Amino acid sequence: MSHVTSSVREPLVTGGKTIKDITNDVCRQVEGKPTTAWMIAFAVALLVLAYGCYNLYLTWWVGLGKWGLNKTVGWAWDITNFVWWVGIGHAGTLISAILLLFRQKWRTSINRAAEAMTIFAVLCAASFILMHMGRPWLANWALPFGNTYGSLWVNFNSPLVWDVFAISTYFTVSVVFWFIGLIPDLATIRDRAQNPVSKTVYGILAFGWNGSQKDWGRYEAVSLILAGLSTPLVLSVHTIVSMDFATSLIPGWHTTIFPPYFVAGAIFSGFAMVLTLMLITRKVFKLEDYITLAHIESMNKVILLTGSIVGVAYITEFFMAAYSGVAYERYAFINRAFGPYWWAYWSMMTCNVISPQFFWFRSMRRNITVTFILSIIVNIGMWFERFVIIVTSLHRDYLPSSWAYFTATSTDIGDYLFSFGFFFTLFLLFAKFLPVINMAEVKAIVKSSSEPTAHKPATVVGAVSGSEANHSPDINKQ
Amino acid sequence: MGAHHKVSVDKEERYEFTAAAKKRILTWMGVGIVMTVIGIAMLALGIGEGKHEAAGAGHGAATHASATENHSTANAHSEANGTKTEAHTGAEHADVKADAHGATAHAEAGHATDAHAEKGHAAAAEHGGGHHEFHWTTRLWADLWHNAVFFTGIAIIGVFFVAVQYLAYAGWSAGIKRVPEAFGMFLPIGAGIMLVVFGLGHHDLFHWTHEGITDPTAANYDKIIAGKSWYLNLPFYLTRMVAFFGLWMLYYSIIRKNSLAEDLEGGTARWKKLVYFSSGFIVIFAVSSSMAAWDWVMSIDPHWFSTLFGWYTFASWHVSGLACITLTVILLKERGYLKHVNMSTVHDLGKFMFAFSVFWAYLWTSQFLLYYYANIPEEVIYYIERRDGFDGKYTALFFLNVIINFAFPFLFLMTRDSKRQIIFLKIAAIAILAGHWLDFYLMIMPGVTKGNSGFGFLEFGLVLTFVCLFIYVISNTLSKQRLTAINHPMLEESLHHDI
Repeated sequence: MSHVTSSVREPLVTGGKTIKDITNDVCRQVEGKPTTAWMIAFAVALLVLAYGCYNLYLTWWVGLGKWGLNKTVGWAWDITNFVWWVGIGHAGTLISAILLLFRQKWRTSINRAAEAMTIFAVLCAASFILMHMGRPWLANWALPFGNTYGSLWVNFNSPLVWDVFAISTYFTVSVVFWFIGLIPDLATIRDRAQNPVSKTVYGILAFGWNGSQKDWGRYEAVSLILAGLSTPLVLSVHTIVSMDFATSLIPGWHTTIFPPYFVAGAIFSGFAMVLTLMLITRKVFKLEDYITLAHIESMNKVILLTGSIVGVAYITEFFMAAYSGVAYERYAFINRAFGPYWWAYWSMMTCNVISPQFFWFRSMRRNITVTFILSIIVNIGMWFERFVIIVTSLHRDYLPSSWAYFTATSTDIGDYLFSFGFFFTLFLLFAKFLPVINMAEVKAIVKSSSEPTAHKPATVVGAVSGSEANHSPDINKQ
Repeated sequence: MGAHHKVSVDKEERYEFTAAAKKRILTWMGVGIVMTVIGIAMLALGIGEGKHEAAGAGHGAATHASATENHSTANAHSEANGTKTEAHTGAEHADVKADAHGATAHAEAGHATDAHAEKGHAAAAEHGGGHHEFHWTTRLWADLWHNAVFFTGIAIIGVFFVAVQYLAYAGWSAGIKRVPEAFGMFLPIGAGIMLVVFGLGHHDLFHWTHEGITDPTAANYDKIIAGKSWYLNLPFYLTRMVAFFGLWMLYYSIIRKNSLAEDLEGGTARWKKLVYFSSGFIVIFAVSSSMAAWDWVMSIDPHWFSTLFGWYTFASWHVSGLACITLTVILLKERGYLKHVNMSTVHDLGKFMFAFSVFWAYLWTSQFLLYYYANIPEEVIYYIERRDGFDGKYTALFFLNVIINFAFPFLFLMTRDSKRQIIFLKIAAIAILAGHWLDFYLMIMPGVTKGNSGFGFLEFGLVLTFVCLFIYVISNTLSKQRLTAINHPMLEESLHHDI
């Protein structure tokens, strides 16, 4: 990677931080006692989780009748929540893998938390698969075991089985990627640890990392390999999720644009969730010098891009429904927009297509309050998108006598809350006990991308053209 | 480390488009034109390849007669029964089956004719006259359209690539920026050819432009096409085409103007403007690239539709554009130009070709798999035509398409070393360009010429002409201005690009 940095690039580390500052700033919350704010947040998360667990118990003990499903709508909040959580997970992998391949230096401050978010989000998604099975103790039936279970064998033609493979692979690779990235930082914490318990625990987790040239060589090589593996996984996971719907014959589900459009939507919602979490984290942990406005602006640009891709896809679907001349397809789309679920459709349109357009303005992209509000709006919108696709396509089928309306029950809501409790419990534990920023990787960019200070002058623009230029690229290496 | 040494840039370097080079390109273009003329003459006179065609024509005529009959009777059938969409689609379906398995279809047609003899035959006479009797000019228009769409695509991808680099704040590509930037100069030529070919050949190219096809009282009335007339009608279609080209050329000229002004002025003001205009272009391109694909390619099969089609076509254009950029950069370097562009930059271009070949395959699979899986007649017909239709005429191409555009670049460009070897990149780029030319061939020919396309003097002559024309325009553009954007704020980064 080039150490020359154009002066038109914004600094990615501000406040004249030295390498030592980075270690101190990031390790502070790992080494210190939990703050009151953290304790309160953790207590709330546990409370929500407890309420969720009660609902989960009802779902499994009483049965899926506790949900609002009916004879026509057989999938509703369960799969909506599943797709929503899987989608959220995509941002972490995109940041850690695709942005690594594109050598985006700004990923270094946000990749750790985003990857953690990915892992927890995938766990939440998986919980809905177990829930909607109704009999979770038979979950292993989804795996292609041999015939020791009798004549049982999975249906390889079903995208639901592909999902099992795609998501478990994705989860495994994400965990490995995340953990390998953690090793140098765990070693730093180990080396600084004062009490023997911390030293032992972080020492075991650090896998004997000693920071040698050889260690770093392996670290970089394996990162690149995992990035190469993860990149197709980012695409494949949501592609296969989209095929859960698109391989069917149901109007509104069966459409060829689904795979890439689901992937774009997943990245869209994932970045929104990363922003929601990071805006709080940077404030609470005082990491404003590492997660700067430049980072926030870049993420907002990704949101604008992916939100607009999703918008183009919505309009394409609508156009094709009209253009195709297929009566059922047309009805499915008119029913979405003007049928009984019009409110869901227009919520989706407003949140996903209209709201990100604010980010065309630089002042909006760099406004933390606006970003925070919009990040939540986008996630609401993406939840509605999945609800619209699933429920409005199902609730009026070919036989008008079986048309039905789905209404969520308290158990539907409680199970959804379960995933929030679960997610935030895990995320808060991560934020307390592990470094939320990849110290080692931020240190690697501090020379090339930190703010110019008295000791570190900026480069000159158009260095090759003018006599005023300083031709030495080493200017950035001081 | 690249960062340790100073890299100098020849600030005044221009591509020297010598008289000898011009002569060589023009000579080859002449050869292309002569081949095209020979091809046309042979088709018109029915000799050589035409003879084969004529021989086929006897056979083809028979199948076609049955196809025509079958098509019209099915139309009549649907009218008689008052059935809606399905019957119509069935008609198209049967049409192809008739070509593929003439005898069976004929039998079916005969059966249908029995039931609705009068109406069916009347319709057959009317309808067959306008459309189904194959004339060699159809093949000429199809070939011209195919090349024009493909090369226009490469030209607009040049502009798209430049815009994306600005929006992404890309540093690595600053040193080669003038290469894709030159591609846009082909746009006016592409636009001119496409408008002329559409003006003269739209009747042969686009079934939906036929007189009376949307008129319920006409014999060749097509209810599905009539249902699309709000979108597929000549005035609106031409407005769109002119608007797309107009906007593309407008944005291209703005980007080009600012880019050249930056050479003289320095500073970052122009760069900021370029970021701004690039975002405008991207918005327009996001909408127009999909619509152009629906208009120029998808509406050739007017009954067929696919929501992914716009992005699929874009993916094919995009990877072709990337291959063309790579090839141009390599050829310039081989001739001693762009010395400051190091192998890391070339390596990155190789990565792009690799990655977007995979992306194309991803979209190809998404579209194919979902239609194959659902197996709905009006959708899957597109692939049945291409895989099995017309006596298996396109079967080999159908599979070659995936091999040359996915399997080959995927395996060939997999290793790091292959992307840093000039010869490997050349082979891959040429294969990708040829492969995606074939991809467009496969999108366009079955719809326009049915089973009457071919690879003869006409096709090879035309593609040679277009390649020479494209090379001439790009070389000429490159020779007019500096080969490097010397005041690009990212240039220093690109000079020290090191991976």
